[in-house]
Amino acid sequence: MNLSNRLLIKQGRVIDPANNIDAIKDIYIENGHITAVEDQIDEPKAEQTIDASGLIVIPGVIDLCARVREPGLEHKATIASETRAASAAGITTLCCPPDTDPVIDETAVVDLINHGVTKAAHSDIVCLGAMTSKLKGEHLSEMAALKKAGCVGVSNASKTITNTLILRRAFEYAASNDLTVFIEPNDPFLSNHGCAHEGAVATRLGLPGIPDAAESTIIARDLELIAEIGVKAHFGRLSSSRSIRLIEQAQKQGLNITADVAIHQLFLTEMDLSTYNSHCHVLPPFRELRDRDVLRMALASGVIQAVCSDHQPHEEDAKLHPFPATEPGISGLESLLPLTLKLVSENILSWPQAVAALTTAPAKILGIDKGHLSKGAVADITIIDPEADWTMKSKDMLSQGKNTPFLGWGFEHQVKNTIIAGQLIK
Amino acid sequence: MVNKNARATNPLLGQDHWNIQLDENGRLKHFLTIEGLGSEILTEILDTAENFTSVNNRVVKKVPLLRGKTITNLFFEASTRTRTTFELAAKRLSADVLNINISTSATSKGESLLDTLYNLQAMQSDMFVIRHQDSGAAHFAARHVAPHISVLNAGDGRHSHPTQAMLDMLTIRQNKGHDFSGLRVAIVGDILHSRVARSQIHALNTLNTGEIRVVAPRTLLPAEIEKLGVKVHYDLEQGIKDADVVIMLRLQKERMQGAMLPSELEYYQQYGLTTDTIKFAKPDAIVMHPGPINRGVEIESCIADGPQSVILDQVSNGIAVRMAVMSMTLGTTAQQTGEDK
Repeated sequence: MNLSNRLLIKQGRVIDPANNIDAIKDIYIENGHITAVEDQIDEPKAEQTIDASGLIVIPGVIDLCARVREPGLEHKATIASETRAASAAGITTLCCPPDTDPVIDETAVVDLINHGVTKAAHSDIVCLGAMTSKLKGEHLSEMAALKKAGCVGVSNASKTITNTLILRRAFEYAASNDLTVFIEPNDPFLSNHGCAHEGAVATRLGLPGIPDAAESTIIARDLELIAEIGVKAHFGRLSSSRSIRLIEQAQKQGLNITADVAIHQLFLTEMDLSTYNSHCHVLPPFRELRDRDVLRMALASGVIQAVCSDHQPHEEDAKLHPFPATEPGISGLESLLPLTLKLVSENILSWPQAVAALTTAPAKILGIDKGHLSKGAVADITIIDPEADWTMKSKDMLSQGKNTPFLGWGFEHQVKNTIIAGQLIK
Repeated sequence: MVNKNARATNPLLGQDHWNIQLDENGRLKHFLTIEGLGSEILTEILDTAENFTSVNNRVVKKVPLLRGKTITNLFFEASTRTRTTFELAAKRLSADVLNINISTSATSKGESLLDTLYNLQAMQSDMFVIRHQDSGAAHFAARHVAPHISVLNAGDGRHSHPTQAMLDMLTIRQNKGHDFSGLRVAIVGDILHSRVARSQIHALNTLNTGEIRVVAPRTLLPAEIEKLGVKVHYDLEQGIKDADVVIMLRLQKERMQGAMLPSELEYYQQYGLTTDTIKFAKPDAIVMHPGPINRGVEIESCIADGPQSVILDQVSNGIAVRMAVMSMTLGTTAQQTGEDK
């Protein structure tokens, strides 16, 4: 880390969707904040100057869903290892869902995580509080206290609340506290311990299937309550085209809901399970090519606003079993930005759309004052080399989990520098 | 510029994991699934098995093909027929056999499949015969064992049970001749949970069977099963109409608990093969069942024991087919030594 108080970024292509900027500009940072964004800044007081010509300068990436495995699963990863990996991958803020061990249902756990973040001094972490105690779906958690401790929203993570009365009360209580509810839609009965998309591939491989309806029935149910209660809601990690249709209809009817997709869902499909590749064991599962394309279109059209890594680092042993016995999830921090920008190369997204999906949109969803390069903003900035030509390799990964199906993939875009609160981290 | 669509193979999986079953000369190395094997190999298995049936009918039922080889039967699920016929097959080929039932062994103490495999490998085993509750377990084993070891799949989850399918093909061939193109085969029962059905479907399609049907209520059919190349029937009479071969699958009692079926009685009335319903099949149709049979649940006793039943032939053929696959994967077949002639 290089401690300097005055930093000047020269002649980068600054893409800042929040301020509608896409132009070659200089950025001056003083005491952790952006103090000027101009066509040309000559500031002799700058202690350090970064020549960003030929590079892309964007707000620091905000990852809506990343598990740092701490507390509880430190053998998989730690706050220190994952925030370091995140900062190297251009991610300056992570949102941690409450499914830690112990669950984030008490302020002490939030304090514990915040303490780890301060010590590690890399990317920042914001937490979602548990909506119910121990995520059991039985008692409401102390949402007001969790909010005071710093939680930016509440969620029951992947443990869907099946009792609709408790769900309704949880939504009402969250609404009273002006907290956004973050929903990972999944009906545990319909999922029925499945590990693959219910379809031709799962049938051929003999893998227990998870139908589309496991996701869409919960969305349909929750949308009714959201409409009635008026709680702010966000649907995360969508995987199927049926879900998109429901979300789109609700948005058209004026419901204030947002959605995200895990970036791997925009590249892989059920076909990638064909060789029992346990690195493709994710929940929700990879679905059909049609679903992948609908998800891509939904991101382009704005039905889905954000992408996230759904980062789940594992130790090697977790994936060394027959497919159904492996633990689901991808170590995704280090592929989030390069995969998202692949969508620009493939003409699915424009540059500002891709940057918004990584920065402005997640900041807005989390309700945090980040994800933009306005004057006065905290200087979280990511600088990208758009012509890097690199290959993802396990030995280069900084995350403690090397579990990713993207090993061996080639990428054009690589993070050159990451600046967090004005400090040049990478 | 980088190739945007570049899809590198995963280095963890090694090269070309599709053909993991075949060695560099295109010969059978592991036997994990029927899928991906051509009709030549399936026919070779059947021909080799046919040769071994003569061994099985001799007074001294033993050939020295695999003398000095060690075969480990690694069963993570209970089995009687499959395990004993694998054991007999190995013994008739003069191999040493080690039987390990894991349900009472190390994994119940927390050992992973991989550790179990590595430990047995250290005991100089030449072949693993594996049955496991998880789909893909045999592929997983084949990918991780030392290069000289062959893996035979004795059933993995809902995925595959290739020796069962091959003994069924042998039984059909013995009764209906070598040309399957004119045959109509109906598979009746719990297709959803059946690795036997999936392997049979692949084998029947590879051997160019005229028509393959699956017959079951929707609760017992996997999604998009028709994409495996079968016709779907919910009605037994329609499903077995004019069939040459009727294969009944075992109905496990626990299917009643998961609300997949209302009762055994209703299942028997809807899908049981009885003296009344068998009339819809061809008069010379053969009746098969991979066992163990639930009499009065999927099949009436007098049909299971009747003239059209070839259920016990299937069991005998199981030994010959397993001898064939063992000798082929370990590189010595009966034809090469002329042992059976």
